[in-house]
Amino acid sequence: MADFDLIVIGSGPGGYVSAIRASQLGMKTAIIERENLGGICLNWGCIPTKALLRSAEVLHLAKTASAYGLKVDKADFDLDGVVKRSRGVAAQLSGGVKHLMKKNKITVIEGEARLEKGSPAPKVIVKDSKGKDTSYQASHVLLATGARARAIPQAGLEPDGKLVWTYREAMVPDVLPKRLLVIGSGAIGIEFASFYNELGSDVTVVEAVDRILPAEDAEISAFAHKSFEKQGLKLITGAQVKGLKKAKDSVTAEVAIGDKTENIEVDRVILAIGIVANSEGLGLEDLGVKIDRTHVVVNGFGETGVKGLYAIGDLTGGPWLAHKASHEGVICVEKIAGKIDTAHPFDNWNVPGCTYSHPQVASVGLTEDEAKKTGKKLKVGKFPFIGNGKAIALGEPEGLVKTIFDAETGELLGAHMVGAEVTELIQGYVIAREGELTEQDLMHTVFPHPTLSEMMHEAVLSAEGRVLHM
Amino acid sequence: MAINITMPALSPTMEEGTLAKWNVKAGDKVEAGDIIAEIETDKATMEVEAVDEGTVAQILVNEGTEGVKVNAIIAVLAEEGEDADSVSASPASEPEPPAAKSDPKAQEAPDQVRGDGETKQVASTPVAMPSLGAGNDRIKASPLARRIAALKGIDLKALKGKGSGPHGRIVKKDVENAQPGSALVPVGDKAPAPASPDGLILPQVLDDRVYDPGSYRLEPLDGMRKTVARRLTQSFMQIPHFPLSMDIALDKLLVARAGINESAPDGVKVSVNDMLIKASAMALMAEPDCNASYTDNGIAYHHGAHISVAVAIDGGLITPVIRDAETKGLAQISIEMKDLATRARDRKLKPQEYMGGTFSISNLGMFGVKNFASIINPPEGMIMSVGAGERKPVVGPDGQLTAATIMGVTLTCDHRVIGGAEGARWLQAFKRYVEKPESMLL
Repeated sequence: MADFDLIVIGSGPGGYVSAIRASQLGMKTAIIERENLGGICLNWGCIPTKALLRSAEVLHLAKTASAYGLKVDKADFDLDGVVKRSRGVAAQLSGGVKHLMKKNKITVIEGEARLEKGSPAPKVIVKDSKGKDTSYQASHVLLATGARARAIPQAGLEPDGKLVWTYREAMVPDVLPKRLLVIGSGAIGIEFASFYNELGSDVTVVEAVDRILPAEDAEISAFAHKSFEKQGLKLITGAQVKGLKKAKDSVTAEVAIGDKTENIEVDRVILAIGIVANSEGLGLEDLGVKIDRTHVVVNGFGETGVKGLYAIGDLTGGPWLAHKASHEGVICVEKIAGKIDTAHPFDNWNVPGCTYSHPQVASVGLTEDEAKKTGKKLKVGKFPFIGNGKAIALGEPEGLVKTIFDAETGELLGAHMVGAEVTELIQGYVIAREGELTEQDLMHTVFPHPTLSEMMHEAVLSAEGRVLHM
Repeated sequence: MAINITMPALSPTMEEGTLAKWNVKAGDKVEAGDIIAEIETDKATMEVEAVDEGTVAQILVNEGTEGVKVNAIIAVLAEEGEDADSVSASPASEPEPPAAKSDPKAQEAPDQVRGDGETKQVASTPVAMPSLGAGNDRIKASPLARRIAALKGIDLKALKGKGSGPHGRIVKKDVENAQPGSALVPVGDKAPAPASPDGLILPQVLDDRVYDPGSYRLEPLDGMRKTVARRLTQSFMQIPHFPLSMDIALDKLLVARAGINESAPDGVKVSVNDMLIKASAMALMAEPDCNASYTDNGIAYHHGAHISVAVAIDGGLITPVIRDAETKGLAQISIEMKDLATRARDRKLKPQEYMGGTFSISNLGMFGVKNFASIINPPEGMIMSVGAGERKPVVGPDGQLTAATIMGVTLTCDHRVIGGAEGARWLQAFKRYVEKPESMLL
C-alpha cells in the first residue's frame, strides 16, 4: 500500500498548486520542500521583486510629484526599509502557502528528495536537516524542482555572492552599488536594471543579441530601449562579456562589442543570462528519465515516460514562468486523476510573458517577425498611449499596444504591449486567444471608458483601419 | 484514500451500458468479490464484483441510468479506517452526469432538462418533417473555428459535440487541417467518440483525380437539402424497415371520382390522390395500431390520422400535412391539398403545416412508376408508395379473364412499431376502402 497517492517534489508555484489540485480531486498528497514553502517565486523571485519595483515606482512618483501639482520636500529612500518590505511580503505569502497546505490536508515534508526505482512509481527518499533518510512510496510522483540562475564559469560568469550577484543577492542588497552591470536583458535582467536605475545606480546592461528583451516583438524592444535610455540606463546590445576581473570592491568587465573590446568598471555585477533546471541529484539518470540541457523532457501532460513519474514547470521546457508551471501542474494532476474531459495538453503559445520594469512589457503569442515566417497574410494594428485619455490622466503617455491578426481567419496571432500597467492588461488578449475569438469578436466587445484597456480595443480597430482616437 | 468504482467494460467493444441495479447502498460494507451491481448492455446483463473491500461512501450513478460510459465513476468506496462521510465529497465534487452526457438528445436540449427540475431523460422532441430551418442544432464552436470552417466550406455538423475544446467545443485545430467535405475526425488526445446520430452522413467529396472539377456543376447545399439528407440517412440507417406490396383495383374509385366531380362545387376537382388520402386516413382509423410512432419512452398511438403528402419542389422535397383527414370530406381535402402544394412549391409553408404527420403518402403514379418503396419519415410508423394505375388483364373470381385498372402500392413499415401482420391488415383495410369507395361514407 502506497503512503500517498501523489508526492510532489518542490513547493514553488508549480508544486504547491499541483498539490492543491490533487487534494481537491481526492488524492492523498504530500509535498517535499528543502527550503521555503512557495519556492523561488514567492521567496526569491516574482513576488519580492514586485515589492522592490513597487518601492521604486512610488519613489519615482514622489520624485515627479510636482508634475501632479503635489509638494514632496525630498523624495528619498532607505535601502534597508525597501528590502525589509520586500522580505516581509515574501514571508507573508510563504506563510499563506503553509496555510493552504494545511487547509487542503497536504502533508508537508521538509528535506531534500531523491528518487530510486520503485513501483508503481519511483520511491522517494527524503534526507532531513539532520541527515536522516526516510523513504516514501506513492502511486505518482510529480517533480517540480524548478531552476536556478545559469552561470558560465569558463567566461568568469559565475556568481560569488559578493561582487557578482544572481537575483538572490540582488534582491537583498546591503549597499546600493554606485555602478552596476547587468549581464542579460531578459525579464530578470531588465527588472533589476530598472529597479537599481530608479534608486540612482549607474546601470549598464549588456545583451548578446542585437536588442534588449529579445523574446519580445522587435518594435516593442525598440520602444522599451528608447524609454530606458531616456531614464539614463546604458544599454549595450550585440555585445559579449568575455571576462570579469575582480578587485577588492569592484569588477572590471571585458566587453566585446563587434571588433572592439571595452573595459567597463563597476561595483557590482548581476548575472541574468538564463536559467538551468534543478535536475541533478534527484537520481533521474538511473531511472532513465530523458534530460535535454538540464531540462526534463515531457509530453503535453507532464509525463516523463517513466511509469508514475511526471515533471512540470522550470524543470521542463520553457517558457520558464510561474504561471506556466502552475497551469502545467493542474493539467498533469487532472490527467493522473483521469479527468480527461477537463485536462488538455499544454499549449506554450498561449502563455503570456510579463516584465515589470518601468515601462512594463507584456505579450502573448507570436511576434510580428515570427508571424511573418508563417507565410500568412497579416493585419497589424497599433495604438499609442498618447491617444488614450486614461494614460494621459495617469501621467503615463508613453507606451504602445500592438496586435497581429491572420488577415484571412481573423485569428489573434500575437499581442504586444509596452507601457504602464500592461502586465495587468495582457490577460484580455490571452482570453481572446484561448477562446479563439476573432478580430470581429474583439471589435464587438465593449471596453470601459476611461481605461487603459480601451487601447486594446483601438489596437484591434487599427488592424482593420478603423482606429477612432488617432 | 477513497477507491473509485468505475463502469466496467463487459466486452472489448462495450462503450456504454445501463446501470440496471445496485445491490448495495451508501453505508454498506463490501468485501472483495461481493456482487455490488448489475450492468446491462445491448447484449447481456452482467454482475459487477467489488475488487476492494470497504464501505460504500457514495453512489454516483442511479439505478436505471442508461448510457453510462465505460470507466465513468459509478460509486466511491471508503477504505477501512476512513470515514465514509468524509470521502464522499472528494471525487464527487465534479461528477459528470453520465446519462446527460452520453445522450445526444439531452445534450441538445440541456435547458429542457433543467427546466423540468428532474433528471429524467428528455422525451424525444417531435422530430420535424424535412424542415427548412435548422431547428435546435446549436453547434458549440469557437468563432475562429467557425470562420475557418466557413472559409474552407466545412460543415461543422459532423464534429458537433466532438471538438477537442471544453465540453466538446469545436476549436481551430479540429478544423484547420480538414478538407472541405472530407471526413472530419476530432483531433487531440481524446479517443474519437462514437458517431452521434448527427454524424451519420458520411462526408463525401468527389476526388479531383477522378472527376475533373471542371466537368460538373457544384451546387452548394441549402438548408433543405441538408435536412433532407440528414434525416433520410438517419431514418434509413436507424429504423428497421420492411416493405409490403399489394395490387389494388382502382376502377370503382375512378367511377366514384367521376361522379363526385360532377357534383362537386365550382373550382373543386377531387383527384385520385385526394381519395387515397381519405382512404389512408380511414384505414388508419380501422387499424389504429398502425397510426403509431416509436419513441424511447414508449409507443405513441396517435388519435387523429394526419396524412403527410410528399410534394416534390425545386431543390428538394417537403411533406405538407392534411390534419385529421378521417374527419374531412373529399372536397375539403382537395381544397387544402391544392393550397398546401401551391405554397409548398413557393416554400411558404409554416412549420406546423409540414410537421406533425402520423403517416405519409408518396405518389409517383403520374410518372408511370409501377412499384417503389419509400423511406420512412420519422417519427411516423409507415409510409405508402403509390405506383401507376394501369389497365391489366386479371382473372376474375369465376376464372374469367377481365380487364381492370391495377395500382401497385408498397407500404414501408417501422418494425419497432408495426409487425408484418399489422401492416398487412392495414393494407387490406386500405384496399377495401379503395375498391369499395362507398364504404368510406360509412
